[in-house]
Amino acid sequence: MFKYILKRLGYMLLALFVIVTVTFFLMRLAPGSPFASERNFPPAIEEKLNETYGLNNPWYIQYKDYLIDAATFNFGESMKYKARSTNDMIAESFPVSLTLGIEAMLIAIGMGVLLGVISALYHNKFPDYAATIIAVLGISVPSFILASVMQYFLAYKLDLFPTAGWNGFIYSILPAFAIALAHMGFIAKLTRSSMLEQSNSDYVKMARAKGLGKWKVVFKHSLRNALLPVVTYLGPLTAGVVTGSFIVEQIFAIPGLGKHFVQSITNRDYTVIMGTTVFYSIILLFTVFIVDILYSIIDPRIKLKGEKKS
Amino acid sequence: MAKKVIEVKDLHVHFKTFSGTVQAVRGVNFELFEGETLAIVGESGSGKSVTSNALMKLIPQPPGIYAAGEILLNGTDLIPLTDKEMSKIRGNDISMIFQDPMTSLNPTMKVGKQITEVILQHKTISRSEAKIKAIELLNKVGIPFPEKRYSQYPHEFSGGMRQRVVIAIALAADPKLLIADEPTTALDVTIQAQILELMKEIQETSKTSIIFITHDLGVVANVADRVAVMYAGQIVEYGTVNDIFYNPKHPYTWGLLGSMPDLDNEAEERLYTIPGTPPDLIHPPKGDAFAARNEFALAIDYEMEPPMFKVSDTHYAKTWLLHEQSPNIEMPHIVRKRIDSFLAKEAMHHD
Repeated sequence: MFKYILKRLGYMLLALFVIVTVTFFLMRLAPGSPFASERNFPPAIEEKLNETYGLNNPWYIQYKDYLIDAATFNFGESMKYKARSTNDMIAESFPVSLTLGIEAMLIAIGMGVLLGVISALYHNKFPDYAATIIAVLGISVPSFILASVMQYFLAYKLDLFPTAGWNGFIYSILPAFAIALAHMGFIAKLTRSSMLEQSNSDYVKMARAKGLGKWKVVFKHSLRNALLPVVTYLGPLTAGVVTGSFIVEQIFAIPGLGKHFVQSITNRDYTVIMGTTVFYSIILLFTVFIVDILYSIIDPRIKLKGEKKS
Repeated sequence: MAKKVIEVKDLHVHFKTFSGTVQAVRGVNFELFEGETLAIVGESGSGKSVTSNALMKLIPQPPGIYAAGEILLNGTDLIPLTDKEMSKIRGNDISMIFQDPMTSLNPTMKVGKQITEVILQHKTISRSEAKIKAIELLNKVGIPFPEKRYSQYPHEFSGGMRQRVVIAIALAADPKLLIADEPTTALDVTIQAQILELMKEIQETSKTSIIFITHDLGVVANVADRVAVMYAGQIVEYGTVNDIFYNPKHPYTWGLLGSMPDLDNEAEERLYTIPGTPPDLIHPPKGDAFAARNEFALAIDYEMEPPMFKVSDTHYAKTWLLHEQSPNIEMPHIVRKRIDSFLAKEAMHHD
């Protein structure tokens, strides 16, 4: 187990290196510069700015500096917002995104699994059709439309929730739903089909033949096996929630990390791009890693490589 | 007279499908006494598994329908019971051994827990006592190191060992009736013999009645007291092992016996086969369902369904050949020869 974790950490570092390098070159390939949007810019000042930020150096020197910065997590100051360090920006806005993300994931997983189980139990009956309709709507309606519709009806017309902003739990409900619904639909479909598959399997029939009640069969036997594909989906789900939040944070005017991520790219704010990319990459790599470990805990047939065979 | 454990009267089970109603079981009657083994034989699709699942009411409704009949367990009819009432009987009074041990255990639950689960469901007993009982059961079904095996997962067991675990689970609540649905089909021959031996032993010690579903006549001869031959959802011949193996009356039973490979036969001969395929049970044929495949079919076979004719007190067969007006037809030569060789072997055992 320990050996396996070390090995995985090694691969993660390698993956991070590749991501950082690709980001660097893509960043440079894109036309424009951090200061291109400032008007009436005397060339002398631009020259001075470039020098301050090391943008005049040959690319390999810049690349070397950049790698050292990335390795030490010292991303420097934003090129756009004077006197604000990238690390501060992340530290300030990440908790907001994290709260929103966790809420969205809880909604997606909890309601998704619930809908899926209901669908499977009442296969081809009314609750199944109802749950399937909700799931398909969730998958097919884009989050920005959902967000605006909810803002219009639930916030503006009925005044149940605040329209936008970030000022406590009640502000997070609508955006969390806007992010979660597509994933909830997907998880519901996934759970439904894998529950149905398990319900037709011999061991579930055997569990019924043992005289266990309906719900005991579901919770103790079929659900655990049916959830394996859902656990696999947790990795992509995290990525989806993170990227999905860019738009939703924008619509609800939430001061999260997504805003900085998108703005830094349009602004060619090299230091912030680098900081947010490295930060998100680490989160994603760790999620995938945790999912793999979770998988081996849920399914005893899966042995992690490097683990001793018992 | 031994106590009657289960009695099935005129059981009809249908399935609603898109192309029509499949009459999978069409009037099955049998009874089983304490400590006895009934073997139900027949080819695939003859309704033997449906019958056995129907006894535990494990047929999903819909599409299944219990169209008619009674299943009397110690005198109580199971058909009108609700699922909740049935769950008190399943695993407790009647339990089941499934065909494929590779898929009938839950892959993510420890073997011990899969056994204690049944005990805790049906008996008022503490967890630790249930554990002790489960380890005893594992020991009883011949699993070495039961304490260690108790906390392992199914994938750590071989096929034969898994089937032993399945048997342990079936025995966990001391059932009166054990239904074994082709329990040895998925196992290789040496393991088959061990499992059959184990089941015989269990029957001797615990006086459990067994219904043994199989299409392997060799297994039948080995384990059964009584045999029911099923064809197209009906029992066509019913009798003791001796009746069926030494004095078969139904042409279908002749076909089954004739198509058994015989290792002792030195002469090179073609294995007998029954021509044709089983009938479509959405529209069962008029008259005798076996008529179209029967080389001895009489004109009346295409017109009227034969009743059960009584051959002896224990032996019944559903064929017009037993009617007093029917021509005297002898069983085919190959079946006669087969029976003679059974008798010769039997005689050798007695010497």
